[in-house]
Amino acid sequence: MAFEPVLTSFVREPNAHTLDFYLQRARGYEGLRKALTLQPNDLIEMVKASGLRGRGGAGFPTGLKWQFVDKKAEPRYIACNADESEPGTFKDHVLMERNPHLLIEGCVISCYAIGAKVAYIYIRGEFFHVQQILEAEIEKAYKAGFLGKNILGSGFDCDVYVHRGAGAYEAGEETALIESLEGKRAQPRIKPPFPAVAGLYQKPTAVNNVETLCNVPPIVLNGAEWFAGLGPEKNGGPKLYCISGHVKRPGVYEASMHTTLRELIYGEPFAQGMAGGKKFKAIIPGGSSVPLLLDEHLDAPASFDGVQKAGSLLGSAGLIVLDETVCMVWLAMNLLHFYRHESCGKCTPCREGGNWLYQLLQRMEAGEGRMKDIDLLFGVANNIVGKTLCAFGDAAATPVLTTLKLFRHEFEAHVKEGRCTLPSEWRSKHPVLAH
Amino acid sequence: MSFHPQMEYAPAHFHRSERKLADEGPPFTYTPENQAKFDDNVTRYPADQRKSAILFALYLAQGQQGYITGNAMAFVAGQIGCSRADVEDVVSYYTMFYTKPVGKRVLNVCRTLSCALLGAERVTEALSAKLGIKPGQTTPDGEFTLIEVECLGACDRAPVVMVNDDWHERLAPEQAGQFIDDLKARGSAAFTGCHLKVEK
Repeated sequence: MAFEPVLTSFVREPNAHTLDFYLQRARGYEGLRKALTLQPNDLIEMVKASGLRGRGGAGFPTGLKWQFVDKKAEPRYIACNADESEPGTFKDHVLMERNPHLLIEGCVISCYAIGAKVAYIYIRGEFFHVQQILEAEIEKAYKAGFLGKNILGSGFDCDVYVHRGAGAYEAGEETALIESLEGKRAQPRIKPPFPAVAGLYQKPTAVNNVETLCNVPPIVLNGAEWFAGLGPEKNGGPKLYCISGHVKRPGVYEASMHTTLRELIYGEPFAQGMAGGKKFKAIIPGGSSVPLLLDEHLDAPASFDGVQKAGSLLGSAGLIVLDETVCMVWLAMNLLHFYRHESCGKCTPCREGGNWLYQLLQRMEAGEGRMKDIDLLFGVANNIVGKTLCAFGDAAATPVLTTLKLFRHEFEAHVKEGRCTLPSEWRSKHPVLAH
Repeated sequence: MSFHPQMEYAPAHFHRSERKLADEGPPFTYTPENQAKFDDNVTRYPADQRKSAILFALYLAQGQQGYITGNAMAFVAGQIGCSRADVEDVVSYYTMFYTKPVGKRVLNVCRTLSCALLGAERVTEALSAKLGIKPGQTTPDGEFTLIEVECLGACDRAPVVMVNDDWHERLAPEQAGQFIDDLKARGSAAFTGCHLKVEK
């Protein structure tokens, strides 16, 4: 059976983001209408039965997350994580820009399910153009009675607000997001207590990714079994894949999680193969924080469990495809520049270790590395993993550990030859920019 | 948090004794429109959680003045009802707040992996050569500031440049010089915009 897109069916059509289009073409707010006739607990059970897993990166079951929300304390909150900053990920960008009402509907249903009255959509500061669309559509939803007081005559009140961040990758971590929402630095909290017990303003809070919440209305509308049946066991539902890098047709593609990585890279409906006739070298399958996979792993299904079995993680499903011209030392250096810059600075291993790793890689890329630097890289990276409050530390060490594991010979060649052995034409020749 | 040694707009290295986040600048208050916007925004949060509006308040201040001064931070602290140190804490953390004057157009070139694979380093190089400034600097006429930023989240349309709040996507290194001329001549009409307009 051919896979029909659920979340992105209309995104390429003009005006798909408007309320009128959503109501007329996309069965808009029917899910909400149905949800309001159900008991909140039944909704949570339904989402649990559907097997919906968080699309932000961790793949934690959403129904379980909602169940853990402390139902005794008031008020409760939904915080929607739209701080999409993971390198290689741009699915929420498309969803919010072209299908904002799906997210709004998802927010209201989720609020109803956990008994919250307010949902905050924490959007990254750079997405101002998206925020403008989102806020205009929220305004329309208020006027049409899908938001505000006594929604659709049910007696349920719900507000959805957009909260603009200001440039911090770390704000995508759920407790850091909450800190940022409270008007502080986006730095993670010690867990436990988890946000489900003490989150925003120390009240029970569910933090969900944009794509996760967008999956909620279709589940309510079509049922948990339908959703689970779309993918392999425990990996149900539609999934958005963000494909970027050296492919012919980069973009966001919706598919079932039966699809293999190879199909996503070479398939006609997807990225259509390598650009410029170059050979495939490796792929980062889930945003920059996950280990690399090689050609031999590409037949694994691109599901949470499938990619994990192949030795990496699906993460945020940001597939970065690398061709034969990519120097792996440079790749690690590029990513460590990112992690060094974005570390929130709370935990020493990540704050200092990230910088050390970057300096070592920079030295090696400049041809001044020593053989023992390779072991030093390994040692520093291993002293970050598992020693930080949030997963950022592990993420920062991953590019180094994975390139060392799979491409150690490139590091050795850099040291032996005293230069970068793969200076590609798309890179800058000026060392001043290589900082 | 910026540890970027070349980002002059947000110095991260100072000794406590010489700690000075921003110039005091001229006296600061919101314009009546901005005051109204702030008063409206703050109602989105519980009455005892005004601090949640701090990012919004700082965006307003930055929009009004171009960058955030000491006096602006003190003013925001008064609006929120927190200490000035609380505001400085936030300003110094987030990369989108400028504590020094920036050009009329801030060119934010994405430098992270997906953009870099398609020539972002060379885009920066070309822009840098065209404008005669290094990343982190502003042209003498105050028109352009060039900044390298981390992943902007539109990797399928790499390389991406964000100019203030507008986006220009698929900017090939060879077109970067032309893009500056275009910006000067046609203003915001030079942008390809985001996604929808770029896509065929």
